[in-house]
Amino acid sequence: MDLSQYNLIWEYMQPELLLLLATILLFFVDLFASPRFLDKWFSGIACLLLAVVTALSCIPGGETNTLFAGMFINTPMTTAMKMVLNIGTILVLLQAHAWINSEACRVRRGEFYELMFFTLFGMYLMISSGHFLIFFIGLETASLPIAALVAFNKRGDKSYESGAKYLFNAVFSSAIFLMGISFIYGISGSLYFEDIAATAATNTALFVVALAFIITGIGFKLSLVPFHLWTADVYQGAPTAITSYLSVISKGAAAFAFIWVLFKTFSPAPEVWQGILYVLIILTITLGNLFAIRQKDLKRFLAFSSISQAGYIMLGVMAYSAQGITALVYYILVYIFSNLAAFGVIATIEHKTGKVNMDDYNGLYKTNPKLSLAMMLAMFSLAGIPPFAGFFSKFFIFASAVHSGYYILVFIALLNTIISLYYYLLVVKAMFINENENPIETIKTGCYGRTGIVVCVAGILLLGLASCVYGYLSELSLTVGF
Amino acid sequence: MEYTLFILVLPLAMFLLLGLLDSKLKPRVAGILGTLGMTVCTALAYLTAFQFFTQPRNAEGIIPSQVPYNFEWLRFTENLHIDLGIYLDPISVMMLVVITTVSLMVHIYSLGYMHGEKGFQRYYAFLSLFSMSMLGLVVATNIFQMYIFWELVGVSSYLLIGFYYTKPAAIAASKKAFIVTRFADLGFLIGILILSFFTKTFDFVTLTTNPTAIITESAGATFLGCSVASWALALIFMGGAGKSAMFPLHIWLPDAMEGPTPVSALIHAATMVVAGVYLVARLFPVYCVTPEVLDLITTVGAVTALYAAIVACVQTDIKRVLAFSTISQIAFMMVALGVASDTDLHTGLGYMASMFHLFTHAMFKALLFLGAGAIIHAVHSNEMSEMGGLRKYMPITHITFLIACLAIAGIPPFSGFFSKDEILTAVMEKSTFWGIWMTAVAGLTAFYMFRLYFRIFWWKDTDCSHHTPHEAPATMTMPLIFLALVTCVAGFIPFGELVSVNGQPYHIHLNWSVAATSIIVAVCAIALAAWLYMKENKKPTAMANATRTLHTAAYRRFYIDEIYLFVTHKIIFGLICRPIAWFDRHIIDGTMDMFAHVTQWTSARIKGLQSGSIQGYVWILLIGTLLIATITICCCL
Repeated sequence: MDLSQYNLIWEYMQPELLLLLATILLFFVDLFASPRFLDKWFSGIACLLLAVVTALSCIPGGETNTLFAGMFINTPMTTAMKMVLNIGTILVLLQAHAWINSEACRVRRGEFYELMFFTLFGMYLMISSGHFLIFFIGLETASLPIAALVAFNKRGDKSYESGAKYLFNAVFSSAIFLMGISFIYGISGSLYFEDIAATAATNTALFVVALAFIITGIGFKLSLVPFHLWTADVYQGAPTAITSYLSVISKGAAAFAFIWVLFKTFSPAPEVWQGILYVLIILTITLGNLFAIRQKDLKRFLAFSSISQAGYIMLGVMAYSAQGITALVYYILVYIFSNLAAFGVIATIEHKTGKVNMDDYNGLYKTNPKLSLAMMLAMFSLAGIPPFAGFFSKFFIFASAVHSGYYILVFIALLNTIISLYYYLLVVKAMFINENENPIETIKTGCYGRTGIVVCVAGILLLGLASCVYGYLSELSLTVGF
Repeated sequence: MEYTLFILVLPLAMFLLLGLLDSKLKPRVAGILGTLGMTVCTALAYLTAFQFFTQPRNAEGIIPSQVPYNFEWLRFTENLHIDLGIYLDPISVMMLVVITTVSLMVHIYSLGYMHGEKGFQRYYAFLSLFSMSMLGLVVATNIFQMYIFWELVGVSSYLLIGFYYTKPAAIAASKKAFIVTRFADLGFLIGILILSFFTKTFDFVTLTTNPTAIITESAGATFLGCSVASWALALIFMGGAGKSAMFPLHIWLPDAMEGPTPVSALIHAATMVVAGVYLVARLFPVYCVTPEVLDLITTVGAVTALYAAIVACVQTDIKRVLAFSTISQIAFMMVALGVASDTDLHTGLGYMASMFHLFTHAMFKALLFLGAGAIIHAVHSNEMSEMGGLRKYMPITHITFLIACLAIAGIPPFSGFFSKDEILTAVMEKSTFWGIWMTAVAGLTAFYMFRLYFRIFWWKDTDCSHHTPHEAPATMTMPLIFLALVTCVAGFIPFGELVSVNGQPYHIHLNWSVAATSIIVAVCAIALAAWLYMKENKKPTAMANATRTLHTAAYRRFYIDEIYLFVTHKIIFGLICRPIAWFDRHIIDGTMDMFAHVTQWTSARIKGLQSGSIQGYVWILLIGTLLIATITICCCL
């Protein structure tokens, strides 16, 4: 291996290597800096490092580059996807600041950031993989640390329970996924995405079973129905920062990776996986909504809402077109801002008062008008009310599916948005209309948390109107090629 | 000329600043901030106008139009994309000057007029919003952008009419204005869609450089005996007629006088109500390919002009007189556009005349409204009967009001004479019938304006036992003086050199036969008004009694409002809406309730799935996977 090879690796794997560097740097800071310094600056340094990583690697190269004999693929679109995840992670870190620096968690602060960064690295690998083994390594790197994070509050029974549930479910779904991969290897004799697409015979039962198993593996991370059952319990029990991370970043990464797996590996038989997804989407959106209606605990409520959102996200995959990819990435970007705005408010209130029930939010407007406003915007955006970003993202993703001819599916999805509007508005109603004798006292949000929420609100307000974002993604997706 | 963007951004920033801070700012600070913003904006507009009109003309003698800024907002398909941009050509630059000038005057004037009002900051925020929308409307590069700002203008007008939101009449008026103009805008939107469907573009430049495209593209497509092109343009005109208060969509404008008087001056006299005229002028080359629509515009304009002038003669609320006078004057502009054509400079005189009248009218009508505001401020009433003999108490208001009245009556050398003369010449050339008709309306104009003038400033020597009216503060008189000066000199601006139908310079020359006729008619009308209203007497009452039926009918605006009420309440609400409402409440709501119940019921039934036990979860996951695989195999293989 000559020296130019290293140059290439550095050039093509820039996001990954920068992230690793940041992780190592953070590790040493945690190890050697004085506790007082850490109390004051550690979170800031972590956010800053991630921001620097994002800034340095956000200039995507013009073309597709492959490394390690095609196992690792870097395209402008994958870089854009990674940057979307980075932005979301920075927001999560900002919102986690108050909680992670509290008396109880302070000691384990370093672990939190390290684990977070490692999962992010795993997600990068998933997105950039051109080979099923790399993909699987990425998948596991992304999910095992999350199990530790979910069980982060060691003394809280719920957190423990959630961690265990997540771990068992993840292990089980990974096993099925691996089995799927082995079938694929049996059919085509290769684990490269391109080879599989070129050689696999698509009309055999084995192929379909393999496809179903792989969909299960990724569908678990996306929490598609019927692989979603862990979601609500884990979301409820995990620390809120982790819940928000699970609901947007982990889900987003899985969706991005799903695109590449389906579009590259299973491109010879799109109608087969489209048929499966068709049913899964309807189930996911509908069941997610039906369960969300009944929830009283806001974290559980958002868990089901995120299940149904995953169904909408899958519409972009269904479209199987450049437009679909654009719409999907855009949807996730907007979803990150909307959902994190909601979680930011919930995290703030939970941290200060420990209250997470919808009834506790009655009359919140009287005491915390700004938090209520942020929450309201988040709900409006999630429900897709114009002119907020959520409307545009829904519009584009529906448009992409309609473009590919799924009229009935989009119609069902539209009907479901009406149901979702109902429960999103329940939250708004609780805050603004319902009377309450003793509402939650006025809360002063910390500097980090406030920045996080303000950025999210700004995203909700501006992303839809600034058409350049969608235009930029659209240009990138055209380079993908079909 | 990239700085033109700031003409739009600045008022928007002011709106956001004043609107968001609202009561956190001191009223005085908010007012001064808003006014300063508008001052900068006005300066920029003047700079734009200067640079634009002094740039070298091209070979054909046309001032080249410019698009300093164009930004693609949304691209749906190859043909369908929505752009936002700035388009500068003679009429849009002229409008920039008009809007910023009047708006600045109103900003300054309001510092005095609205002093101490509750919601002062909000008022200035809305004024900024309106200015931004109106400026965005005139510089629109495409018809869809125009539509967006058109609606924004409607919203800000709604907000400003309903500014005194505790007054039921103001709320009713704002609703009425909004609904009536919205109804007209429905036509506008449909028109836009038809037009762009056939021409495959929203862009003004493309539309106007090849106006016959719509004819060729839609060749053969007819609807109810008229070509689709005519329908599209007539529907677009309907939108314009709604905003410009043309008969029979004029009913909102007199009621809109419930808003603060400076708002009436800005929106309902000088700027927003001429948007319809501007729209027709903007699409004028397209209108020229469908002469029947131009004839429609002429007829609608002429009828409106006469109707409004007659009604204005008998109103007693001074702002309503001005409102009807505005309707009548805008109708003049419409008629002028209707009789023009774009073949050469001579037949296109009406276009130039219309724009010229728009310009001069904006100035003197704003002056009239602001003067009326000063009077209302002094006597605390809108009714003529409360006034009289004010000339001694309010000298500045008196002189400036008189200048404006002379201008609108068409007495030289004031600006209105020149522009009105061009309109009458243009109409006379096209058709003698409409020429005589419009000359008669001009006579009526002079009569009702001087009726107003004499009733306010002469009539009786006031016995001001309760309080003495006094001159308005300097913030209010300064705009009056400025606008009066403009009214005195605007007629001498070589307007035709700058704005004409095909862009080539047109040298204005007076047609003395027309001018002499109209001056004689105007002077006679003024003399009649003086004879009737100079001194308090019984003649007007006697005349009203002699023509009781006509007088009452005119006073009640020929029962148009009642007809509307009858149609909407009795026919639409009673016969159409009530059955639909029943259907909606019982059938549609019932179905929806059923869906809701089913949803809730299902949701309750399936909650057992979420048992909380890991074994159960994994079991369902596995079963799900196997089911998917099995079903897919059965279906696909």
